[in-house]
Amino acid sequence: MSIPADLKYVASHEWLRLEADGSVTVGITEHAQELLGDIVFVELPKVGAQLAAEEQAGVVESVKAASDVYAPIAGEVLEVNAELEAAPELANSEPYAAGWFFKIKPANAADLDSLLDAAGYAKEIGA
Amino acid sequence: MTAPKRTPLFDAHVAAGAKMVDFAGWEMPIHYGSQLKEHEIVRSDAGMFDVSHMTVIDISGADAKAWLQQLIANDVAKLPFEGKALYSGMLTEDGTVVDDLIVYLTSYGYRMVVNAGTTDKDLAWMDSHKAGFDVSLNVRRDLAMLAVQGPTAIAKVCAVKPQLADAIQSLKVFQGLPAGDWFFARTGYTGEDGLEIMIPAGEAITFFNELVAAGVAPIGLGARDTLRLEAGMNLYGHDMDETVSPLQAGMGWTIAWEPASRDFIGRKALEAQKAAGVPMKQVGLVLEGRGVLREGQKVVVEGVGEGIITSGTFSPTLKHSIAIARVPAATGDNAQVDLRGTLTAVRVVKMPFVRNGKKVFN
Repeated sequence: MSIPADLKYVASHEWLRLEADGSVTVGITEHAQELLGDIVFVELPKVGAQLAAEEQAGVVESVKAASDVYAPIAGEVLEVNAELEAAPELANSEPYAAGWFFKIKPANAADLDSLLDAAGYAKEIGA
Repeated sequence: MTAPKRTPLFDAHVAAGAKMVDFAGWEMPIHYGSQLKEHEIVRSDAGMFDVSHMTVIDISGADAKAWLQQLIANDVAKLPFEGKALYSGMLTEDGTVVDDLIVYLTSYGYRMVVNAGTTDKDLAWMDSHKAGFDVSLNVRRDLAMLAVQGPTAIAKVCAVKPQLADAIQSLKVFQGLPAGDWFFARTGYTGEDGLEIMIPAGEAITFFNELVAAGVAPIGLGARDTLRLEAGMNLYGHDMDETVSPLQAGMGWTIAWEPASRDFIGRKALEAQKAAGVPMKQVGLVLEGRGVLREGQKVVVEGVGEGIITSGTFSPTLKHSIAIARVPAATGDNAQVDLRGTLTAVRVVKMPFVRNGKKVFN
């Protein structure tokens, strides 16, 4: 089970990466994609949308089930992964790379500090 | 809580990298990596499913035929020769479905295959309807069963069993062939050509490995569900059960009304349903846009009424969602489905959706 040490996590199985320009990339974890199975559709938020923390930001549908994707922290949506909409299986094959969902400009960069680190998330999922 | 049961092929699944899950009290492979890839293999080549959790029942005795003629809704008198198979519902007195099953005519009587999750209640039901009949049931837990399905499935089985190749290749659809303790039947649950093979439990893993070597991929229950749904085939407990009439579950063709003198269990109730008019029917639904239709979602037919999705999925062959639904009898070509709070237009079609790898509905 891959849980990269340089990312932050929330219990609803999203990961966050703080980029050099201060933006935050969000995706779903390897554990999440494994629970979902083959992913066949994703619905992403609109660029420019203002999301509150824990607000629904999208939907991921696998052959097995539909599941909501949440904004792990508050912020404005800067960019969504159009490639993922065309090829949703990227969330299965490369959940921490090409399978990213969206980028946000955090309302408050310090919000990241309170989130789970890799060890905390590993504990959360019993890994 | 009892520990999940394991089929004779359990070790082979684990060795093949299966993700094992509980299914009807059995520890079964859900997939071996990707359900979508496994689905595609069965549509284009050959895959095999462990269906040993299903129950094989051998039926013998002087009254075996008469007993089955009153026990199930289809008529075993239609079976013209040994090995021939019949699909049927076994009904309650109220004309609802206890289970769906396949029955083969054999030299000693009949062989029946019933669902795993319903086995205990099926056997109790059969037992409670045996009085006055000279019939005995032998539950064959000594057999494993593999379904080998796909356009190249029969050729690959023949490559593994060359001494039986001629006999297997001569099988017509829905026909079986005993070979010692083995049984090869040209039946399946995928909409592809193929075989369902009953195997002495001790020989199952060897045969599984020989099939792998011949290029047959192990396929999990996940793909089994998407394949049968594309083929428009019912799944017991979802598309029908003891609350649903076969006349409302696309099973009308499995009821043998003639001869009128054959008084099978449920007949009177079905006749009353027909006389009163059957209010619901089974249809296929197609969503060509984004989203996935799921079991339990409400179907709204404007000006007519409401129905329900009984099975829904993403179709890996068609690349969009399909579903089996029970809707008002007056439903036409269009309906809407409550998709996570949004009423979404769907097309109503005649099933199946896919046969032999190709889209078949309009």
